[in-house]
Amino acid sequence: MAILAIVSTRTSPGSASPDWPQVRLHVVTGKGGTGKSTVAAALALALARSGRNVLLCEVEGRQGIARMFDVDPLPYAERRLAKGLLDETGHAGQVHALHIDPESALLEYLSIYYKLGRAGRALDKFGVIDFATTIAPGVRDVLLTGKVYEAVVRNSRNKDAITYDAVVLDAPPTGRIAQFLGVNSELAGLARVGPIKSQADKVMDLLRSPRTAVHLVTVLEEMPVQETADGIAELRAAGLPVGGVVVNQVRPRDIGPAALEQIRAGEVDGEAVAAELTRARVDCDAALVDHLLAEARDHAVRRELEEEQHEVVAALDVPTYELPRLAGGVDRGGLLDLAALMREQGLA
Amino acid sequence: MSTRTAPVLDIDALLDDRGTGIIVCCGSGGVGKTTTSAALALRAAERGRKVVVLTIDPARRLAQSMGIEELDNTPRPVPLSTSTSEEGGSLDAMMLDMKRTFDEVVESQANPEKAQQILQNPFYVALSSSFAGTQEYMAMEKLGQIHRQAQKDGTYDLIVVDTPPSRSALDFLDAPERLSSFLDGRFIRLLLAPARGPARLMTAGLSVVTNALTKILGAQVLRDMQTFVAAFDTLFGGFRQRAEKTFALLQADETAFLVVATPEPDAMREAEYFVDRLTDDDMPLAGLVVNRASPRPRTDLSAEEAITAGDRLRESDPESLAAGLLRLHADRVRIVERETQIRQRFAASHPQVATAVVPAMAGDVHDLEGLREIGELLAGPAGA
Repeated sequence: MAILAIVSTRTSPGSASPDWPQVRLHVVTGKGGTGKSTVAAALALALARSGRNVLLCEVEGRQGIARMFDVDPLPYAERRLAKGLLDETGHAGQVHALHIDPESALLEYLSIYYKLGRAGRALDKFGVIDFATTIAPGVRDVLLTGKVYEAVVRNSRNKDAITYDAVVLDAPPTGRIAQFLGVNSELAGLARVGPIKSQADKVMDLLRSPRTAVHLVTVLEEMPVQETADGIAELRAAGLPVGGVVVNQVRPRDIGPAALEQIRAGEVDGEAVAAELTRARVDCDAALVDHLLAEARDHAVRRELEEEQHEVVAALDVPTYELPRLAGGVDRGGLLDLAALMREQGLA
Repeated sequence: MSTRTAPVLDIDALLDDRGTGIIVCCGSGGVGKTTTSAALALRAAERGRKVVVLTIDPARRLAQSMGIEELDNTPRPVPLSTSTSEEGGSLDAMMLDMKRTFDEVVESQANPEKAQQILQNPFYVALSSSFAGTQEYMAMEKLGQIHRQAQKDGTYDLIVVDTPPSRSALDFLDAPERLSSFLDGRFIRLLLAPARGPARLMTAGLSVVTNALTKILGAQVLRDMQTFVAAFDTLFGGFRQRAEKTFALLQADETAFLVVATPEPDAMREAEYFVDRLTDDDMPLAGLVVNRASPRPRTDLSAEEAITAGDRLRESDPESLAAGLLRLHADRVRIVERETQIRQRFAASHPQVATAVVPAMAGDVHDLEGLREIGELLAGPAGA
């Protein structure tokens, strides 16, 4: 009990995510190409404030975390990855990373829960491990979610392991997320009794509880937004808690709505623009003005489409967060910038 | 930094070559694989080929425009202009129904009574409908079916296949080997042991494993698995054969793989993975399609100059339109520079891979007109 008391003071409400104070497991999904891994990494940096420990997990075998943070490929072991984003008082927490592969997860699972020893090796020799991780339906997803579960519910009784204040899962894409998270309920249905069923039930209990939030990353284009809406419906149908929608790669807002309207209508005074450019000491001719206006028209069309999709997202009736498109790509500095925006908006 | 540019991928030559019988599009999610597949199929049909396109999960409006929003697992004709049909071209499209395809395989391989037994087994239900991995196998199964059919009755002379959006899209390449190692392995003997009866098969090693499995899974799950495997036993051989045939078909000269990507680091890394994997397996790689490339600026005003000038204007007039235009331009220049660098990096490490670059369109594509436009962009200036 004393230990519990210490734990609870450490995770005082003030240091948790303002919008998601109860959440320990942040699942980040999104359609391919929307930047879900970037968002997951930035979220981990944002959550790691004031001495908090955050674990960032990836499960798709791509080593995306290692690339983003420019470190060696991650093993199946928790590694210190980066300091979190500093808070107002100049303090930061620590982000750890874990690359979960099904085979290692299975071997670990067997040795922890069943203390199989020789029998475990026999399973391997018989091709059972190989079968379970490559052919058997769904076992991969069971193992991956099982390991995430272990990291979330771990407590200080487990002396050798770090306990985390939050776990961020860079999860499979939106189209597969409900299936991925729901795999344990499938399994619990297959195994009506026995240890597998109770394990599967426990994992589902966590995933369906207010301690979990599934955030969906999208960009303001028709297909990803549609998929986000479908994903939310599927998650709700499966009883999984929907978190926020993170609108990523939002185009710059340097040109206001009135000017955009003018540009779309082709009513911009080219000579006035030319005069302004000359005043700014740009070597300017009519062709340059035409090119800039052509680029602006292209931008205006896209902005209009973004606005349409923006309304669709707003109608989804879930908290939304916006992140800008970074023209130069996302490096470590960029991740910290995104993390700062997440804190400003209350996601972390 | 090398400024190597990739050789140009001639899409029209690929589509016009009657030796091309199958085009498989693969790549990571969100790169426009489905749209590319559909656009290639439409262009080929309008150039006189008899085409069927097999898609996995098209966007709703695209599916509607092609008339395939219904999942009935058979190709449906897409209405095209009369001039196309006069020139002998046609286009059919279908959307893959994974479970139905699997059921059909079972039904075609087993007698009705046994088929029923399998179709109702809880393991089968999970395997065929809701678990990851099945889609890849079923896409290839359907490809094999359509190909056999087309060879028999000549309905199609080109099959375009879209693949599921994951790295495991290439799992089907492993299918023959995996099935073989499983079928020739000892694990299946263990699962089949009760069905085949004689207790003398239960060696000491086997009983250790059985006990361990019972401990982990519980007796009931193990029993369900055993029933499933026993029912499936005679079918496994057929599955292996089919997987081997499909593998051979994919390796044949008539097949062309296209790897699809966008000029983003992740998508290009996945493209590299696909290219390497296909090359390792001696699969016929036709080239790389880079979708959604940002259009090049047509003026050489640099990003730095544009930013400096824009800031100067904003100082005196925060609302300055010209300043906004300059910022936009700088943004575009930076994006194009980054994309070029990403493409050059790929070209430097894979100089042999022919590449087609498709500029981004302002909006989403959801009708045949849009697909036609993409087709033209795919073919490049030579095809315009």
